[in-house]
Amino acid sequence: MLVMAGVTVLVILVSIIRSQPVVTPAGAPADKAYGPADFPAVYAKDDALVGIDSNATGEAKAFAVPAPPFSEGVFPCMECHSGFAPNPERRPLEAMHGDIVLQHDEKNRWCLDCHDANDRNQLHLANGTLIPFTESYRLCGQCHGTQFRDWRSGIHGKRTGYWDGHKRYLLCVNCHNPHSPRFAPLQPLPPPIRPQFLRSSDGPVTTAASTQRSSVSAAKEADHGGHAR
Amino acid sequence: MADTPANRNACTGTGPEASPEILGLSLDRRNFLTAVGLAAAGVLAGCSSEAREKYLQKHFLELSPQEVERRLSRLSAEYAKQLGQPVNLSGTTARPGVVFGYALDLSRCIGCRRCVYACVKENNQSRDPQIQWIRVLEMEKARGIDFEGANPYYDPDKVPDPEHFYVPVACQQCRHPQCTTVCPVGATWQEPDGIVVIDYDWCIGCRCCMAACPYGARRFNWGEPHLPSAEANPTMHYLGNRPRTRGVAEKCTFCVQRTRDGRYPACVEICPVGARKFGNLLDPEDEISRILREKRVFVLKAELKTEPKFYYFYGI
Repeated sequence: MLVMAGVTVLVILVSIIRSQPVVTPAGAPADKAYGPADFPAVYAKDDALVGIDSNATGEAKAFAVPAPPFSEGVFPCMECHSGFAPNPERRPLEAMHGDIVLQHDEKNRWCLDCHDANDRNQLHLANGTLIPFTESYRLCGQCHGTQFRDWRSGIHGKRTGYWDGHKRYLLCVNCHNPHSPRFAPLQPLPPPIRPQFLRSSDGPVTTAASTQRSSVSAAKEADHGGHAR
Repeated sequence: MADTPANRNACTGTGPEASPEILGLSLDRRNFLTAVGLAAAGVLAGCSSEAREKYLQKHFLELSPQEVERRLSRLSAEYAKQLGQPVNLSGTTARPGVVFGYALDLSRCIGCRRCVYACVKENNQSRDPQIQWIRVLEMEKARGIDFEGANPYYDPDKVPDPEHFYVPVACQQCRHPQCTTVCPVGATWQEPDGIVVIDYDWCIGCRCCMAACPYGARRFNWGEPHLPSAEANPTMHYLGNRPRTRGVAEKCTFCVQRTRDGRYPACVEICPVGARKFGNLLDPEDEISRILREKRVFVLKAELKTEPKFYYFYGI
């Protein structure tokens, strides 16, 4: 009799435990197997070798960088700026460039601390040396010395290309908006499928492409928020 | 079966006078085995040499260079047929003077999982059942490195979450790998450049390696892997991303098909924050050597003396 009661209790306990709903986080359905093909905006392009020139020498070989990420139609700056005299007075910009919000030591700095007043196509260092936009890392390195040192040796920032040869560097501004350098948060790609949903007799049980959550679609369209300028 | 004396004799072969006779031959053990052996030899002789080679394989490390070439051409034809596109299956060997190392900057990683799916794309993992070599663990900043409290299923709208940090874990490419020592058939071993590899044609699917790995880095093909041909990466290595079959183990190979050709692994090239670093540990000027010299570096579960070549560090 006692044994019977014990078995009954055990069966009830087991059935309660087994019927607990699976805890799934908000967002992705836990039983969808996503793959890289679901995120073409992230994986379709392969620019790992862009900017690598195997004939390059000197600094161009050492730091092969892609073009600076200018907003469309904004460069060369002198196309507009040659038409009027520079105004060195510190002020909020109203007529043009109103979309630029400076969040980068804005209490102490403004446009002409980096952009050159007379040659807008170039930047200038603290000592007045003019440098092209393609070498903007020298400007950033004036303040961010440890990051500059690590970037040059390959520790800070992204490297693509060849570990034993020509590497493609990125300019600081390819990842950090110089006017607001904090890296913008990203939407994560979906978590792995939970083991209890892994089973599949032959072929796919579910096709992720047919039942995407809206936030995943959003990630497909707007990847790399950190690059927006 | 009825237990008659005749049956007992037929089974044990002790009584030739009691053996049943077929086609005038007495069916004792010797004649039976001879007949079976001859039949098997006849079948094998009748097969094509390719089929014979497939059936009577040698261990990959015992093959001569010509035999490796033959196996690669046989398999690439097989995979081309399976995937409906030409494949480039290489067997590039390790470079002398190179030991690969990997470093991951925990102060940069934001847990976006771009690496996870880039790895799947590069290494031809099964899409469904889903197999991913990299697992990104979300941990609480307040608790530090804590595998028990780690959550691989985090899914917020945006990362990084200010309360958490992220630890991507894949094969740690140990200098003393436990997975290779427990493998009963020698299907997994460490190459001279330090990459721990698996021969999927030699693996018997016993999963001892998975039990032995302290990092949970190995994955098992429980079902028939499903790889749509349009999504397959045709640049393959025998010891890396060639298509797998049901019942074999697989894991990260540092993208052997890329890194032995001098390229960076796929996860390094996709990482949007540049947290992943890769290079040659034997080159003192390499970025990986600089990190080991200049940064605060640690390995996971150092107390186990597996001595991983996958390092975690804090860049800031």
